[in-house]
Amino acid sequence: MYRYDELDQAFVEERVAEFRDQTRRHLAGELSEDEFRPLRLRNGLYIQRHAPMLRIAIPYGLLRAAQLRKLADLSRRYDRGYGHFTTRQNLQLNWPALADVPDILAELASVQMHAIQTSGNCVRNVTADHMAGIALEEIDDPRPYCEIVRQWATLHPEFTYLPRKFKIAITGSPEDRAASEVHDIGLHLRRSAIGEPGFAVLVGGGLGRAPVIGALIRDFLPLADLLAYLEAILRVYNRHGRRDNIHKARIKVLVKSLGAARFRDEVEAEWQAGRGSAPVLTPADVERMREFFRPPPYEALADRDVTPGREPRFAAWYRYNTRAHRVPGYRAVFVSLKAHGANPGDATAAQMEALADLAERVSFGLIRTTHSQNLLLADVPQHRLYEVWRELDAHGLATPNIGTLTDLIACPGLDFCSLANAGTLGVAHDIQRHFDDLDYLYDLGNIEIKMSGCMNACGHHHVGHIGILGVDKHGEEWYQISLGGSANGYTALGEVIGPSVPKHEVAATVGRIVEVYRALRAEDEPFIETLRRVGLDPFREGAYALHPQAA
Amino acid sequence: MRYILRRREIVADDWVHLGEELTDGASVIVPLAELRVGAARWAAWRGRLGVRLAPADPVEDLAADLPRLNLVAVEFPNAGDGRGYSQGRLLRARLGFWGELRAVGAGVKQDQVFLLARCGFDAMELAPGEDVEAARRALTRYSVAYQPGAAGVIPGRPRFFAA
Repeated sequence: MYRYDELDQAFVEERVAEFRDQTRRHLAGELSEDEFRPLRLRNGLYIQRHAPMLRIAIPYGLLRAAQLRKLADLSRRYDRGYGHFTTRQNLQLNWPALADVPDILAELASVQMHAIQTSGNCVRNVTADHMAGIALEEIDDPRPYCEIVRQWATLHPEFTYLPRKFKIAITGSPEDRAASEVHDIGLHLRRSAIGEPGFAVLVGGGLGRAPVIGALIRDFLPLADLLAYLEAILRVYNRHGRRDNIHKARIKVLVKSLGAARFRDEVEAEWQAGRGSAPVLTPADVERMREFFRPPPYEALADRDVTPGREPRFAAWYRYNTRAHRVPGYRAVFVSLKAHGANPGDATAAQMEALADLAERVSFGLIRTTHSQNLLLADVPQHRLYEVWRELDAHGLATPNIGTLTDLIACPGLDFCSLANAGTLGVAHDIQRHFDDLDYLYDLGNIEIKMSGCMNACGHHHVGHIGILGVDKHGEEWYQISLGGSANGYTALGEVIGPSVPKHEVAATVGRIVEVYRALRAEDEPFIETLRRVGLDPFREGAYALHPQAA
Repeated sequence: MRYILRRREIVADDWVHLGEELTDGASVIVPLAELRVGAARWAAWRGRLGVRLAPADPVEDLAADLPRLNLVAVEFPNAGDGRGYSQGRLLRARLGFWGELRAVGAGVKQDQVFLLARCGFDAMELAPGEDVEAARRALTRYSVAYQPGAAGVIPGRPRFFAA
């Protein structure tokens, strides 16, 4: 993975010094809260319900063991001994003290990390497919381009005060595991007729109050023009995006108001006009960056079946929590952060440290974070899987539920977030309890539940097979259920099925919905396909039937 | 007397905005709308002439006026309104304006000057109450940047990295 040189290091250290000075001025009363807010946000610092929240950047989800160990250490010394991994592959600390934040950032800088631009109206962490570089069907590895975009976007002088936040995701495989179509910009790696890499460019996707799937504005963008084209998009947005209403300030509103075709024309015209002054990526630049993401030194191994003679629990884990790898003899291993009874995406300091050690022993010392709020050991030799399972199991990281209904995505909700209308964690626990029988869970197959505590949709509820949105009704927490959303390759927005339900009814309602599926599915038909085939009506009826057996 | 930051120096401002005390032949900054409405007056102005752009003013419309202008002031009404950064960059990189490019308005503060300078602003008229000396120091807060600027590019680094 990418390693800082002395220039990168100087930059993050100067950034820490700048924020230390800004924090000092704020605490001394020289910078008002209004003046300090945009500055602290651009360093990842929110003021939340109970305390500040610090969102630490994990660029495109890649961590070295030493970095994960540092995160564990920071969570222990400055927080309550755990961290929360987000859908955008970052880590949030929920309880740091404001005055400590410059020190935390300095410690992050010591392991080549930062919290720059993880919030605020600027270009956020660039995210990518967690299977980058190891997926069987991959067209090209997105990570070198992610790092190029990360550097280019870092403190970009022209685009640090945009109308609103700006999220970019890059994928290199046909299957979209990064939800790129609901990003402000989604870049899909392609190959031209002569095999040159380039990008399909989607713009204006996003969730929140008015969910939209991104519009394809260019089929193929040559690699050399990547940054020039991003500059053109961002310049059109920076100049013409709305700034009068925070709810209409995302680029999706501009794309919609102009129409995708006219927006594209504006971008193309800006791109052509800027050719003299925009950055150009040379083959040497790209080659230099690719060097950082070369495959690790794999051993020559053969694929083998490692489950015979082992416990059924291991076999279940192997089936659900590991994935095929491009290199023979290796598997990718999901580290489930969805243990029943735990908060989705949370990991304790002890778990992070155990995982860092394990990664050094069996997966080239690297750990990845995923959009689904799990972690991944990308390069595990198959002959060590049993040992890896035992170790993960001992640390509560081997719940064999990846891709199942309890592998649900949830924002932190009302328990932490000052924007939320409703709690998500209690509901997640209810669902985990309701579906605690693994055999039943496996029978249900792949079902994605995504839950947000408010309209801002950090839990991506619009693109859940089952979406759950917390709403406030006269001071009580209620939940709106939607069905049919999807974010991978066939991006679709879910449809609300009816009136919202009270908190204690959510898990049971989900239970009735999946029972409808069990009754109607054709053999082996996944939930989302039954839903698409039969339509919403039977699910709607079932969801609200108090006695489903009588319906 | 107003002090501004010009390049890396703190200097007494030798320009006045229209609406301030104006003597014949003074160096004057007029809003774009006024430059159009009073075209005859400003064409005959004996002193140096500058224009002040509001955030929504289309900078391209200024192309024909630039040879006559010694200064372009770009307004930042608050620190969060970033449209002026694009206006500045376009004036320098696309329209080839090499006179004084000045950031003005309540959004011009010490925490913005580094970005402003990298977009081509060589003068900053700081918001009232801002510490101009602190702003001067903030210009050199970073020794490196990831995007090319006037100072060019570091050998061995991609063209999107500069010192």
